[in-house]
Amino acid sequence: MTVEIEVDSVSKHFGQVTALDDFSAVVKSGEVTCVLGDNGAGKSTLIKILSGVFPPDEGEVRVDGKKVRFMSPRDALKQGIGTVYQDLAMIPLMSVWRNFFLGTEPTRGVVPFRNLNTSWAKQTVVDEMGKMGIHIRDPEQRVGTLSGGERQSLAIARAVYFGARALILDEPTAALGVKQAGVVLRYIVMAKRRGLAVIFITHNPNHAYPVGDHFVILKRAQVEGDFRKEELSLDRLMQMMAGGEDLSNLVEELEQLATETGEADLAAAAHGIKDEVEGLRRLEGTDHRDETSA
Amino acid sequence: MTEESAATVAGDEREARRSVFKRALSRPEFGSLVGAIAVLAFFSWRADTFLTARGLANVLDPSATLGIMAVAVGLLMIGGEFDLSAGVMVGATATMFALLTADAGLNIWLAMAISLAFAVLIGLFNGFMVLKTRLPSFIVTLGTLFMILGANVGLTRLITDTVIVSGVGNVPGFDFPFKIFAANPVGQFRITVVWWIVITALATWVLLRTSFGNWIFGVGGDAQAARSVGVPVAFTKLMLFVYVSVSAWLVGMMNTFRLASASVSTGIGQEFEFIIAAVIGGCLLTGGYGSAIGAAIGALIFGMVRQGIVLSGWDSDWFFLFLGVMLLIAALINQIVRKKAEEARS
Repeated sequence: MTVEIEVDSVSKHFGQVTALDDFSAVVKSGEVTCVLGDNGAGKSTLIKILSGVFPPDEGEVRVDGKKVRFMSPRDALKQGIGTVYQDLAMIPLMSVWRNFFLGTEPTRGVVPFRNLNTSWAKQTVVDEMGKMGIHIRDPEQRVGTLSGGERQSLAIARAVYFGARALILDEPTAALGVKQAGVVLRYIVMAKRRGLAVIFITHNPNHAYPVGDHFVILKRAQVEGDFRKEELSLDRLMQMMAGGEDLSNLVEELEQLATETGEADLAAAAHGIKDEVEGLRRLEGTDHRDETSA
Repeated sequence: MTEESAATVAGDEREARRSVFKRALSRPEFGSLVGAIAVLAFFSWRADTFLTARGLANVLDPSATLGIMAVAVGLLMIGGEFDLSAGVMVGATATMFALLTADAGLNIWLAMAISLAFAVLIGLFNGFMVLKTRLPSFIVTLGTLFMILGANVGLTRLITDTVIVSGVGNVPGFDFPFKIFAANPVGQFRITVVWWIVITALATWVLLRTSFGNWIFGVGGDAQAARSVGVPVAFTKLMLFVYVSVSAWLVGMMNTFRLASASVSTGIGQEFEFIIAAVIGGCLLTGGYGSAIGAAIGALIFGMVRQGIVLSGWDSDWFFLFLGVMLLIAALINQIVRKKAEEARS
């Protein structure tokens, strides 16, 4: 069940452009690894390599010490690596259950009579969505008729269901409001508790810091920094990412998030940051930076 | 209480109010079924001979071969592609078979197998060209259409000095395949009708009850998304192109055995009839939505109108006016149906 994904000196080029340059990181079960970076920093390229959309030009990816080379998303799924794509990879005209199982349909019977186990598939979708607190009354409902948050949850439920060991989320909170983002962050914590290795791609340190254990910062296709949570304050992370957003605004936003979702982890995180901010204020003028500066 | 769960509770109430009628309305073939009943009622009223065994046999006869093709083209359209070469492939496989067996004296089954292999090859060619070049299938298969048409007419004239290959009826072993492809097992009704019904049932089963069917909807709805979740997109599309070509071969055999001859002009212009029948049946031109039963009903409407106009004593030229009107109505209904299907309920 546990998994360790090692990304070793991976590079990817598109013509003259280097999209990812000598990237290395280790991702482990029961941890949330946040990959942060601005648009064009190479986050999408990294995801596409890990989820099997294309292989890297240089370097290698190892799963549990064994070298793997994914030629299609099917290969990654076989290794238990599920991905929630930024565009969700949902087909609006298809029903909820057909979308959920697209590419990995449950069948019964023998060839040539092998057919879809539709009743089981529909029940499974209802159950899996129920686990996320969303009640699907009619699994025949078309995905195009779902709300943005429901669609996002369906994509996550699908990736968790098929990505039994590792879960990659590409900007899952980017298009969502504060409340819905809170729900997604809660799923990330839940997935981590279930022992999954979670890779959370985002450009928003406010979303990454409360849930992350391990932070990799990308800048212009290269690794700018690689930190454990203990080595890094949100303040520092913000500085590295955006450089100076108002911290008290952030704490307010997080507290609001915590009360709305009722998630103890988020409340604790918000509290921690508040303490940290207050600590910073007390140490006014003192240099808080640690030695791991990039 | 999150926003989602509140929205879902409201959705449940609306769900409960959804009537059986609305559910039927959301089926892709619903519009064509209503259309078929209307056309049937209209011509039964206009022409006394329409609702007789003979009249129905005359309706079902052209509907059957058109339907076999419309179902294949419909599935390809759901998969997001077109095949404009489907029409001329009916004539090309037929003349190829007739030349091989009646002219070159090959065994009748061997000639059938060779022309079938040719159909598979053309299907693969169409599929590979579309997938490799990423050109629209509309353009690629338009090219194939004229290549096949030109080669077929050129070669046939070169070999036989005419554009019709006759004498298939005199080939040894003609009787048994004739029974399979062209006989009248029950009164006026042709065996092609049985083929049509069986193929429609099979295609419906594949589309709605197998993994491959799910892939067809997926690759037509959004090929990139389908690939992302592990659907073999290229394989799915290739198989659909091959299925259309093989269907053209089947209809080519049906025509050749019925007439005991093959003409190079068979099927020219029919590629649009296949597409129109599929659209009348609820298949979207943009892919990802439609049904095999709908395409079969679309073909039935075609047959009813064609025969109905004749039996009503009108000039058959009016057929095309009907055709255009039906196509426009069907396209409009499809657009409304799709909007309903995509409409956000929350």
